[in-house]
Amino acid sequence: MSSREERLETTIIHASTRGDFEQKTGAVNVPIYLSSTFHQSSFDTFGPYDYSRSGNPTREALEKTIAALEGGARGLAFASGIAAISSAFMLLSADDHIVITEDVYGGTFRFVTEVLTKFRIDHTFVDLGDLEAVKQAIQPNTKLIYIETPSNPRLGITDIEAVVNIAKAHNCLTFLDNTFMSPLYQRPLDLGVDIVLHSATKFLSGHSDIIAGLAVTKDEALGNRLAFIQNSFGAILGAQDSYALIQGIKTLGARFTQSTASAAKIATYLDKHALVEEVFYPGLASHPGHAIHAKQSTSAGAVLSFRLPSRETAKAFVENVKIPVFAVSLGGVESILSYPAQMSHAAMPKAEREKRGITDGLLRFSVGLEHVDDLIADFDQALQVAEKLATAKSPL
Amino acid sequence: MTNKSFDTRLVQLGNNSDLKTGAVNPPIYLSTAYKHDGLGQSTGYDYSRTKNPTRSILEEGIANLEGGDQGYACSSGMAAIQLVLSLFRSGDALIGPEDIYGGTYRLLDYYADVYGITTSYSDFTDVHETEKLITAKTKALFIETPTNPLMQETDIAQYAELAKKYDLLLIVDNTFYTPYFQRPIELGADIVLHSATKYIGGHNDVLAGLVVAQGEELCAKLGSNHNAIGAVLSPFDSWLIVRGLKTLHLRMKQHDANAKIIVDFLENEPLVKDVLYPGKGGMLSFRLQESEWVGQFLENLQLITFAESLGGVESFITYPATQTHADIPLEERLRRGVCNSLLRFSVGVEDTDDLIADLKQVFASLKSEVPQL
Repeated sequence: MSSREERLETTIIHASTRGDFEQKTGAVNVPIYLSSTFHQSSFDTFGPYDYSRSGNPTREALEKTIAALEGGARGLAFASGIAAISSAFMLLSADDHIVITEDVYGGTFRFVTEVLTKFRIDHTFVDLGDLEAVKQAIQPNTKLIYIETPSNPRLGITDIEAVVNIAKAHNCLTFLDNTFMSPLYQRPLDLGVDIVLHSATKFLSGHSDIIAGLAVTKDEALGNRLAFIQNSFGAILGAQDSYALIQGIKTLGARFTQSTASAAKIATYLDKHALVEEVFYPGLASHPGHAIHAKQSTSAGAVLSFRLPSRETAKAFVENVKIPVFAVSLGGVESILSYPAQMSHAAMPKAEREKRGITDGLLRFSVGLEHVDDLIADFDQALQVAEKLATAKSPL
Repeated sequence: MTNKSFDTRLVQLGNNSDLKTGAVNPPIYLSTAYKHDGLGQSTGYDYSRTKNPTRSILEEGIANLEGGDQGYACSSGMAAIQLVLSLFRSGDALIGPEDIYGGTYRLLDYYADVYGITTSYSDFTDVHETEKLITAKTKALFIETPTNPLMQETDIAQYAELAKKYDLLLIVDNTFYTPYFQRPIELGADIVLHSATKYIGGHNDVLAGLVVAQGEELCAKLGSNHNAIGAVLSPFDSWLIVRGLKTLHLRMKQHDANAKIIVDFLENEPLVKDVLYPGKGGMLSFRLQESEWVGQFLENLQLITFAESLGGVESFITYPATQTHADIPLEERLRRGVCNSLLRFSVGVEDTDDLIADLKQVFASLKSEVPQL
C-alpha cells in the first residue's frame, strides 16, 4: 500500500471504520450513537465527546471520511447542503464582501441576497469564466470568492486554479461547491481552494433518502473556526443520517462511474437531436469549458441540461417521459428530471434567471442507474411528441 | 445493578455500557459481522444473528428485570414462543391455558399436527384438575396470566410446585403484567415469555418478542436454538425496545390507574353485562348486553382506536371473536367464554375524562338507536 497512494474507490469503502473508536466489538460498520450526552470520567478534563451537537462518534466517522476523500484537514457534517453553505458563509463578518459566481444554485442565491445582506455582508455576482471581470469585481473588503463548477444548471466551468490565484493575490478565501463532481472526480483542495462544500443529499448519499451537507477545510485553523460555527449555530447532521450517508458513500464509485457513462451517451444523443437547441455537458467537446474541465477534473459527471424551444415543448416532453422522476434534487439512483425555472431556481427573480440563461425551455437531467438504452428510448418518444407540437405550432 | 430498585434499573438500562465514548444511550450496531484480530480470536461478537452489541443490552436488561439468567430477543412475540417450543420433540406433550392467545393456539395446533407435539388445555384454576392431565409425555406447563381475553389470574407459585413435582418446565407468558407487576421466575417459573410489542415497547411502533430463562442447561439450549432458528430482533428494534423500557414503570402505573377508573365506569353502565378485570394492569374485557351492538359500538368510537394489539400509550379496543381469537374454532371459542359480545380494552395513558367521554357518546348512540332502551 505504501508504494503508491490508495485509490479513492478504495478509500470510500474503508475510511469510516479507520477511526479507533470501534475496536471493542470489531464491528464492520460504524455504530449509530443516538446519545445526546456522554459520561465524563474526570472533573476537569472532558473526554472526546461531551454533547452530541459538539461531537458525536457516528458523525465524526462521516466527517473523517469526507476529509480523507477531499484530502482536507477537517470535515464537518451539517443538516443540509444549505446548512453547510450558510455555516461556511458565517466565517465572514459585517462589512465583508463576496465575489460569487452568477450561475449559482438558487438556494445559495437566496441566502446570499436575502440573509447575508441583513448582516451587512455584500456580494457581487460575476461570470467566473471571465477572469478580468473577477479581478474587476474585487473590492478592498472582499474576503471570499465563491465557486460552483460545474455550475447549476448550465454546467458552466470555472478555472479553479486561475480563480484561486486571483483570490490569493487579494488575500481572499475561496469556497467551492463540489456537489456535481464529488471528490471522486474533482478535488478542489488540491488546487488551492480553502473550503469544499457539498450537498451530500446528492451523489454522495445517492439514494434520494436523506438531506445532508458536508464541508471540508484545507487547513486545521480554518477547520477549527468552522467547527466553532458548527457547534455555535448547531446545524449538525443527526447520527442516523450520518450513518445512512456513510453507507451511501461506499457505493459512490460504482454509482457514479455507471451514471457518468450513461450521461455521456445521453448528451451525445441530445446533441444530435433536431428539437434540442443546446446541450450543456462539459464532456461534449463543443462545451466552452470542456478543456478547462478536463484539466481539473477526471470526468464530466452525471448531470446535464438541455434547452428545448419553448415552455410548451418542455412541458410536452416532461409530461411524456415515463422513466425519470420529475422532481427537484439530483444525484439519486433514479434519474431525475428538473425544470430549473420553477424548481431549483424558483427563488431567483425572472429577470435574474433569464440573464443566466435559465430560460423557460431549459431542463436539467440527473442521470441515474437505469439502463441507458431505456432512458434514450424514453427520451426519444417524448421528444417526438414535443416535436409534433412544435411543428404544429410553427407558422407555415 | 441488581441491588438497585426495579424502576432505577429500567431507567438506567444501557447506560454505562459504552465506556469508550461514555455515551449515555447505547449505540445501534447495524453491523452484520465483526473483525477478528487473529486466528481463534474474537471480541465476543462474530456475526449479528449470533450476538449483536445492541441486542445484548436488551437481552441482559430483560434477564435482569425478570430475575432470570439469560434473555433472548426475538423478531416478534410469536417468534419468542416458537423459540420456547423448539425445546420439545415429537411425542412430548404440553398443558396450555384454555383461555389462550389465538396466535399461540394456532401454533400449538400446528405443532400437534406436524410435529406430534401435543397440547391439552386446562383453565389453571384448580391445580388438582390440572394434575389429572399430566401424563408420562408431559414436559411443560404453559401459562398466560392474566389470561387473554378473560383476564383470569393463575397462581404461579402453586403451579411451580406442581411443575417441580413432575419435573416439568413452567413457562409463563408475562405480556399483560410485565415484570413491573409480576416476576414469574421469582415465583418458580423456568421461562418467561413476552410479546414485547405490547407494554414493554409501549408505543405501538415495534414488533418484538423476549424470552428469559433460568438455569444453565436450559439457557444453553435456548441460546443455541435462538441462533439456529435465526428469528432474532434487529439492532434498531432492540434499541427501540430499550428506549421503551425506560418509561415502563411510568406507563404501567398510569395504565393501571386509568384501567381502574374505566372499570368503575363500565360496571355502572347498564348496557354492559359484565366487566372482567384482574385487579391490576391496563387490560380489561367487558361484554355488551347484546352482541348485535358490537358493530355500532366499534364504528362510533372516536378517540379510542378499534385495532388489534394492546399495551401501547394509545387506547385500543379489540374484538377477540374476529381478531385475536379468530383462529379458534367457533364452538371451542364460545365454550371458553370468548363470546360474540366480548370486547377487550387496552386502556391507554390518555386522560380518563376523555376516554370516558368517548365511551359515553358511544353508549348514548346505542341507546338512541335501540328503541327498547
